[in-house]
Amino acid sequence: MTAALEVQGLNRSFGALLVTYNVNLTLERGARRALIGPNGAGKTTLINLITGVLKPSAGRVLLNGEDITASSQADRARRGLARTFQINQLFRGLTVLENLCMTIGERDGHCNNLWRSAGANPAVIDEAIDHLESLQLADDALKLVRELPYGRQRLVEIAIALAQKPRVLLLDEPAAGVPSSESHLILDVVDRLDPDIAVLIIEHDMDVVYRFAKEITVLVQGAVLVEGAPDAIMSDERVRAVYLGQDGHRGAAQNG
Amino acid sequence: MAVSDSKAAERVLDVSADRRQARDRAAGYLLRRHHFQWPEALPWIVAIAAFFLFPDRMTFGSQVLVMIMFALSLDLILGYAGIVTLGHAAFFGIGAYTVGLGAARLGWTEPVSGLFAAAIVSAFVGFITGWFLLRYRGLTLLMLTLATAIMLQETGNLRSDFSGGYDGLPGLEFKPLLGLFDYDLYGHTYYLYALAVLAVVFFFVRRIVYSPFGQALTGIRENVKRMHAIGSPVHRRLVTVYSIAAGIAGIAGALFTQTNAYVTLTVFDFDNSAKVMVMLILGGTGRLYGAFLGAAVYMVLEDHLSKLSPTFWQFGIGLLLVLAVLFARRGVLGLFEDAGQYLKRFRS
Repeated sequence: MTAALEVQGLNRSFGALLVTYNVNLTLERGARRALIGPNGAGKTTLINLITGVLKPSAGRVLLNGEDITASSQADRARRGLARTFQINQLFRGLTVLENLCMTIGERDGHCNNLWRSAGANPAVIDEAIDHLESLQLADDALKLVRELPYGRQRLVEIAIALAQKPRVLLLDEPAAGVPSSESHLILDVVDRLDPDIAVLIIEHDMDVVYRFAKEITVLVQGAVLVEGAPDAIMSDERVRAVYLGQDGHRGAAQNG
Repeated sequence: MAVSDSKAAERVLDVSADRRQARDRAAGYLLRRHHFQWPEALPWIVAIAAFFLFPDRMTFGSQVLVMIMFALSLDLILGYAGIVTLGHAAFFGIGAYTVGLGAARLGWTEPVSGLFAAAIVSAFVGFITGWFLLRYRGLTLLMLTLATAIMLQETGNLRSDFSGGYDGLPGLEFKPLLGLFDYDLYGHTYYLYALAVLAVVFFFVRRIVYSPFGQALTGIRENVKRMHAIGSPVHRRLVTVYSIAAGIAGIAGALFTQTNAYVTLTVFDFDNSAKVMVMLILGGTGRLYGAFLGAAVYMVLEDHLSKLSPTFWQFGIGLLLVLAVLFARRGVLGLFEDAGQYLKRFRS
């Protein structure tokens, strides 16, 4: 069976600075993978490379076995690759419902229509409300996004990604910036994700990682330091060295 | 057991009825949003009333209608899609010259088909320039659109033997409208003609704004990063709306030539691009009727102030713009909306 997402020998540098170095990563269908690493390890850069925000200097990205390295960001999204952003990227001046309808409209190609009224397609609105209900956002459907507390906005961010009906979902610190009293709402959603979707999550909270991930990839200075099952990772000497701040540089160098 | 069972079932039904209601309420908002509301009739009533109240000012009235249409086309790209341009006069000018040159050089003097030709030619130029320019945003785009308008103007100047240059193409004559209504000295015919064309164009723009495509434009304005991430072909959407707006600006330019019976290269002026943007911002962007209000307020004020003081009238316009930017960020229309909200709260 072909992997849902496969990254082969990905490299990217900004000038002389190597931010992604020879990264290989495979997500099988239904994978639950956490991507961890210290600040500045290149985690978000890797997501940007996978989604096409950045072009790699070398290497390939395969989605369901198809090479998408040259595809545009929008093309990748239409092929079933969805992401959430570390910092919310929402239509702040529109209602939550419109945020969802827009996503569904673009997914199904309704937005090519210049003549029909946007409200004349009840199926889209119905589906949008379904998505909102499943994340308990239905009560906020008609509120402007910018009027919602940040934690609720984070849920909208996830609702949009799910409304894309993705086969691969990349979550960039879904609970970042959310008070801990509310973060469990978001983590519950992450727990209940469709088991068919392959999920890659960037997360700093080790409890969350432990609860969610079946596999962990550790990224240090742009390169994969080690990957494997959570227990193996947690007891790995090199990982401990990186996280306890004892000369992570040498740990990375040994692996590279 | 049976009792509690039925009670539980009732509760479930209640919940689903609640949910049903919540859904309907949420959906209703989107379903009804595009319906016509009675205040929307107001500008048209005013326009028709003006026809009877100021029969000797119809030439000026036609100019106002032309500028409303021009501002409306800018609203589509600036107000909805968030494309900042200082070269929108380019398309107004192309429309104006399509009709002008058609009449002067080819003897194409039928007015309605002239409008169609102007729309097609302007939209085509919009498509070509938009394809290249709309990869850029912000200041870069501002400069490139400005440069495009100047280049077109200079091209006309270079071939002044053909275009008439800054002396223009004077004394153009057009055939009677639909072969029935002739041009009259007071401009009555052309006022009603311009009003009818504006109504058709407005209906078209309104459809676009409330369509899923129009929604996607709003999305691009609100957050282009997110649009890319949900798979929107952003460049294609922008080029499409830019071409449409160019076509409408072209129709406005064509009407300008037809109502004035002359045209000069000043239609391409930076002044013209800036003026239409000031009108739109004054009226309020991204809300369709801002174009009506802004263009009308600006033109009427310009008319009165220039009679009051032929040398310093622009001071008044400048002052108005400063006041609008300071106290009415969403334009004059925004003030009316706020007043409406206030009244509603006051009543309840």
